[in-house]
Amino acid sequence: MTLHMETGPLSWKQAGDGGSTGLRELPLARVTRRDFLAGIAAGTGFAFALSLAGSGPARADSTAGGLKNAKGGDATPSLFISIESDGTVKLTCHRSEMGQQVWTAMAQILADELEADWDRIEIVQAIGHPKYGDQNTDGSRSVRRNLTRLRTAGAGMRHMLEAAAAQRWDVKAEECHGKLHEVVHGPSGRRIGYGELAADAAEIPVPELDAVRLKDREDWRYIGKDVASLTVPRIIVGQGTFGIDVQMPDLVHAVIARPPVVFGRVKSLDDSKALEVPGVLQVIQLDALEPPATFKPLGGVAVIAKDTWSAIRGRDALEIEWEAGENGDYDSTAFRKQLLETANQSGQVRRKRGDVQKALDSAAKKISADYYVPHLSQSPMEPPAATARWDGDQCEVRACVQAPQSARSTVAGVTGVEPEQVTVTPTWLGGAFGRKSKPDFAAEAAVLARKVGKPVKVTWTREDDLQHGYFHSVSAQHLEGALDEEGRCTAFLHRTVFPPIPSTFQAGVTDPSWGELRLGATDNPFVVPNLQLETGPAPAKVRIGWLRSVANVYHAFAIQSFAAELAAAADRDPKDFLLELIGPPRLVDPREEGAEYDNYGDPMEEYPIDTGRLADVTNMAAEMAGWGRELPQGHGLGIAAHRSFLSYVATVVEVKVDDSGRLTIPGVWSAIDAGTVVNTRHVEAQMEGGCLYGLSNALYGEITAKNGAIEQSNFPSWRLMKMSEAPRHFEVKIMASHAPPGGVGEPPTPPAAPALTNAIFAATGKRIRNLPIFGSKGNQLDLGGES
Amino acid sequence: MSTKLTVNGKAVELDVPAEMPLLWALRDHLQLTGTKYGCGISQCGACTVHVDGKPRRACVTPLSSVAGSSVTTIEGVDGPEAKAVREAWKAIDVPQCGYCQSGQIMSAVDLLKNNPQPSDEDIDKAMDGNLCRCATYVRIRRAIKDASAALG
Repeated sequence: MTLHMETGPLSWKQAGDGGSTGLRELPLARVTRRDFLAGIAAGTGFAFALSLAGSGPARADSTAGGLKNAKGGDATPSLFISIESDGTVKLTCHRSEMGQQVWTAMAQILADELEADWDRIEIVQAIGHPKYGDQNTDGSRSVRRNLTRLRTAGAGMRHMLEAAAAQRWDVKAEECHGKLHEVVHGPSGRRIGYGELAADAAEIPVPELDAVRLKDREDWRYIGKDVASLTVPRIIVGQGTFGIDVQMPDLVHAVIARPPVVFGRVKSLDDSKALEVPGVLQVIQLDALEPPATFKPLGGVAVIAKDTWSAIRGRDALEIEWEAGENGDYDSTAFRKQLLETANQSGQVRRKRGDVQKALDSAAKKISADYYVPHLSQSPMEPPAATARWDGDQCEVRACVQAPQSARSTVAGVTGVEPEQVTVTPTWLGGAFGRKSKPDFAAEAAVLARKVGKPVKVTWTREDDLQHGYFHSVSAQHLEGALDEEGRCTAFLHRTVFPPIPSTFQAGVTDPSWGELRLGATDNPFVVPNLQLETGPAPAKVRIGWLRSVANVYHAFAIQSFAAELAAAADRDPKDFLLELIGPPRLVDPREEGAEYDNYGDPMEEYPIDTGRLADVTNMAAEMAGWGRELPQGHGLGIAAHRSFLSYVATVVEVKVDDSGRLTIPGVWSAIDAGTVVNTRHVEAQMEGGCLYGLSNALYGEITAKNGAIEQSNFPSWRLMKMSEAPRHFEVKIMASHAPPGGVGEPPTPPAAPALTNAIFAATGKRIRNLPIFGSKGNQLDLGGES
Repeated sequence: MSTKLTVNGKAVELDVPAEMPLLWALRDHLQLTGTKYGCGISQCGACTVHVDGKPRRACVTPLSSVAGSSVTTIEGVDGPEAKAVREAWKAIDVPQCGYCQSGQIMSAVDLLKNNPQPSDEDIDKAMDGNLCRCATYVRIRRAIKDASAALG
């Protein structure tokens, strides 16, 4: 079976190729009339009149060029916009809404260029289909890859409306301008509403790319503004459909007992007691999972019942003996030792500047440190859930998926049908953080719905989510640094060891991929004369997957911690020392030093590694926090700065540690340069949430394994930050910028952990190199010795 | 075996096992899906509802224990505190994904009913049982204070 992945955040080309170079864009499929009609039939909400503009055979010539090749992909207006005769403008969001407010952002971009009245728009969630181009909602890409594209689509539709009005009035199109849901004829002042023009505009050819005028930046009406969320008014009254909320006629509910160990299988099954549980309808054994894991179901035994609770009770009553298989020996304590040993041996050189060893040998002072970050779970508040039904050989799936095209091809692959027979509609996602771009749960629903012959909803319990995830990789890192007589850093050695994500897609892969190293390791911006990145091998014993900001989590933790350790060794202020490491404003290109580096799939010319911007956010965060101010007894400030997903974030954390070692976080100050931003309010919200996500994981997050099985089972053995532990003061600054848009959802996370541990060091002299700081219990630091 | 209770002001009769948690009865049998499942063991607060005016974790509340009671969910909660909380939530876009927010709102409404001017410590205490993985805590705190101010 071949599973075709959409572009992942890590840029391996395709499941099974083991490769990690070059971000693969899905080819944009030719959009046929049949596709459009299928889209309409599937309820994607295209109003018939405009949906055919530029798509039907009658207009074939107009689509030869049109807007199909706009920057970022196909900007054919009808892909994203339909206008009804009453003036309602339906905007199609092809990305998944998971709290990052992508509905609002995509609508702001489209409506701005379209000159639509914000109060007359509606959002339609797109199905998963190649006609939309990339829909994999991760990698912090929605705005950066779609800003120009959707502006072009909006402007294209505005042109068509203007042309329709010009025709009606028999005037020149250049004299007609779309403005707030009307076309106005300049010389005469005549006006006509968009709704009234919709049918005529459908007959206008899609303009060519060079004929489309985009608005000037200063004329933006919605982009870059503090626009309220389109989802919140529904959330606060309990409306809106998440994956777990989907209802269908004749729906039955499934809960699955999965093998405790990845690639384990059922040895024996006694389902007699389960079948006696009231409400239980059926027990179904699933095929065992064969390597590589990819996005296929894990196997196990499904209990089908009239409702979720009966299915859970039925599962509790199953008697299953499991065969652990090849991963039954996984013990995370022993594995940690193995990783640290590997990290302390010389490894494969992945980037090299100067001669690190020589500089270390001749240093006035040198230090080294090992850092360890455990497996983490994305643990969105909504666990994975999916509903599927079959009509003959056609499958319909509604689920909380980040990547609906990937869900579609996965469902097709495991059920043996063609992707064209599968329709996947994303619901709202109750959080995702990378977990829901792995559609194994959608495949489970499709397989079961076919076997049961009825619509099936698969609900993952919290235990399932924590024990059967695609875990953030465990990592060990070894760093060495040299200082000269003046306390300047002359050598920086970074060795990183972790089971790589490609192991999930090709069994046996043990070397960190370029796609993971580019996340905070190969792109180290430090100006030191001698710099070296090395890697060592590590086998994967669970399914490894991506989690908000991915390898940046551990790379930023080690590098930004070590920068502060070097500052301490040199007896220098950590902020000043960090700025010295970042160095003068310049552009860094890791490719000149032997690294394969794809810059998150975007061109270096457009998105260089700009140390000036990194220094600017560092200075800004320090200024906001009042760096250098006199602090109360037991308080400390820590700083960290990191570029990821083409954006720059610096964060200062203030901690308070009382005499007993009890830790609180009174304040956080964080600055972001994400280039052009679409929604200031929601960027601020991502800064808060993304930072606290990182702090929560650093303080408490730890997934461990024994005999191959995950030891955590629910809250609070997997612990999350709660209200009383969150900082009461949180200040955000968005740097004003006209640069192209960078990512926002992930960049706030990486600097959080090192800013916290650097603050703890400042407050107490205790250096924390092993995460989590507390784990599942307490907020008390052990102030004796090192962690 | 059937259980009679009132949900959002309407009398309902549920013909399901009496030990079924209220959460699943609401979600799977009454199609009131605004109340969310997060953990099933009263550790996250996503399923918070009001039973006879008091907050309860629906995931560990057997249906039998609410027979004859009046249950209010996010879909039905009303009154000056609920209005103020919803307005405050909307004014600064507290929710991100929104999944835990039904529970957050139910807890915040209860807090303000009993304590119209909560201190930071009061907010910590009242809201600590409601986890949010998007970590919207900064805005929840601010919105509770805004709602408190609006209620005068």
